[in-house]
Amino acid sequence: MSDQQKMDKTRRNLLVATSVIGGAASVGAAVPFAASMWPSERAKAVGAPVEVDVSRLAAGELAVFEWRGTPVWVMKRTQEMLAGLKPIEAKLIDPKSEVPQQPEYAKNEYRSVKPELMVVIGVCTHLGCIPQTKGADAKAEMGADWTGGFYCPCHGSKFDLAGRVYKGSPAPTNLVVPPYTFVSDDRIVIGEDRETKGA
Amino acid sequence: MASRLMALWDWFDSRMPSVAEEWRKHAAEYYAPKNFNFWYYFGSLALLVLVIQIVSGIFLTMHYKPDASLAFGSVEYIMRDVPGGWLIRYIHSTGASAFFLVVYLHMFRAMLYGSYREPRELVWIFGVLIYLTLMGEAFFGYLLPWGQMSYWGAQVIVNLFGTVPFIGPDLALWIRGDYVVSDATLNRFFALHVIAFPLVLLGLVVAHILALHDVGSNNPDGVEIKKLKGPDGKPLDGIPFHPYYTVKDLMGAVVFLAIFCIVMFFMPEMGGYFLEHNNFVPADPLKTPEHIAPVWYFTPYYSILRAVPPLFNSQFPGVLAMGIATMILFFLPWLDRSPVKSIRYRGPLYKGWLAAFVVVFLILGYLGTKNTNVWGQFPDPWDILDTKDVATWVARACTLVYFLFFILMPWYTAKDRVLAVPERVTV
Repeated sequence: MSDQQKMDKTRRNLLVATSVIGGAASVGAAVPFAASMWPSERAKAVGAPVEVDVSRLAAGELAVFEWRGTPVWVMKRTQEMLAGLKPIEAKLIDPKSEVPQQPEYAKNEYRSVKPELMVVIGVCTHLGCIPQTKGADAKAEMGADWTGGFYCPCHGSKFDLAGRVYKGSPAPTNLVVPPYTFVSDDRIVIGEDRETKGA
Repeated sequence: MASRLMALWDWFDSRMPSVAEEWRKHAAEYYAPKNFNFWYYFGSLALLVLVIQIVSGIFLTMHYKPDASLAFGSVEYIMRDVPGGWLIRYIHSTGASAFFLVVYLHMFRAMLYGSYREPRELVWIFGVLIYLTLMGEAFFGYLLPWGQMSYWGAQVIVNLFGTVPFIGPDLALWIRGDYVVSDATLNRFFALHVIAFPLVLLGLVVAHILALHDVGSNNPDGVEIKKLKGPDGKPLDGIPFHPYYTVKDLMGAVVFLAIFCIVMFFMPEMGGYFLEHNNFVPADPLKTPEHIAPVWYFTPYYSILRAVPPLFNSQFPGVLAMGIATMILFFLPWLDRSPVKSIRYRGPLYKGWLAAFVVVFLILGYLGTKNTNVWGQFPDPWDILDTKDVATWVARACTLVYFLFFILMPWYTAKDRVLAVPERVTV
């Protein structure tokens, strides 16, 4: 365009408006593609509660059940193990379970409904690895003051026998306690609250 | 016969002259400094590895099945039953590590000779984008064999996005397409690995080379050869890329391929560093392997992630540190305030910092392959520390040096004593 020619403002505005609307339409067209990456209806359907039998658990034994594709640990803690939870509280990040990583009914000193039965999701709250059980006899590798608990192999987070995280772990919060309810003395439904069931 | 061929070429050239034009522009009459040294092999080698990866990848997709129940088996099938399948897979897996090795050396060359400095900032930025895309490409590809390391590596990396405040959990869910890493995740990672990211990578490589050829190559002296031109308008210190550097790079390619073949035929697993032992076990969503570590080329950043303690009940600071550690590379052209480009004319301050940077990068890389208790623990009196693992504290110190290298760069590069840069390149 030479200097003499005057810019036609109407045409310029029309061009700008077309570009803006066209741009907005292209962004809009990306929405269905992005939306297709959300979990499918089938993936959402696979999340029903599971009922498990804990009658055969020996004292101190840990059983793993699968719920929503993640492992849920049920551990029958001995009196000795329960007694060991109190003295280590100073070394924990959140000994009183202030952060809501558990249903209200599990917010107590043992983080469980029945003191001896621990039910937690065995997935490290750091980046989702599965911690390993390290008994009180693993002092050589875990340190002389170790009283038993769980150790995450990915980034070294440590948890006690109530799933409470030790200070100095990369994991910021305690292990999650899933909603669960006892349907009888030895049978637990994982993924279902007392409240929702009672209602 | 020859005249027939010439006639055919004339016919073609008169209809599409841009082919000959581009050849002249980018090869026959692209004037590169005559003092390129060993460090200048890695750009063309990176291009070579890209081609190797694309070709071997195409043939792997002919036999691979992106399905959680079939993937692991289809890789075994490639290794055992497909004619030459083992070779194609080892080409691809060795190529992945070779790609990063070559790219790291290529980037280090840029740091040695100030190749990211004005007027080559865009070349550098496209380069960093290539590096980040390559990391994504490698990460997606690593899930495909559906072994234990594939699975848990993906689990950890996707959860990194889950730590972003507010949108994190939804973001991780969106990336996975499921509540855990699953078939949906594998299927989309396959799509991203074989189509989306390679396309982006190719586009970026073209942009990287175009940007380079517009401003011209740097050289070990950091001298701008375009400043001094002969009467013919060609740089005095320039030689045409073809045939001089095509021949030089071919030589480099031969040596590189020889080493590549030795690794591929005799040590494709490289003692668990190129192909991790745990990845020969099928993915098990209910069991994390005893020892989990990323492939070697990610370990420096993985160490930084582990070194940063959580704050305010969130692991985000570690993730952020890891992200910034890579993103900070973008700012290198503006952090460096030295009046000279090349290490040859820099003073002891920059040399010292660069050496420290290399050392901490290697230490972080080494520690990232090991458990945090690899160097034992501090004795008991150190109870005030949040962790007594010696390696964690070493990693923290190294992380600090890593960041200080960049943060203090404007200061120490400006203050450093420099030597006089010659008018012309030295050979």
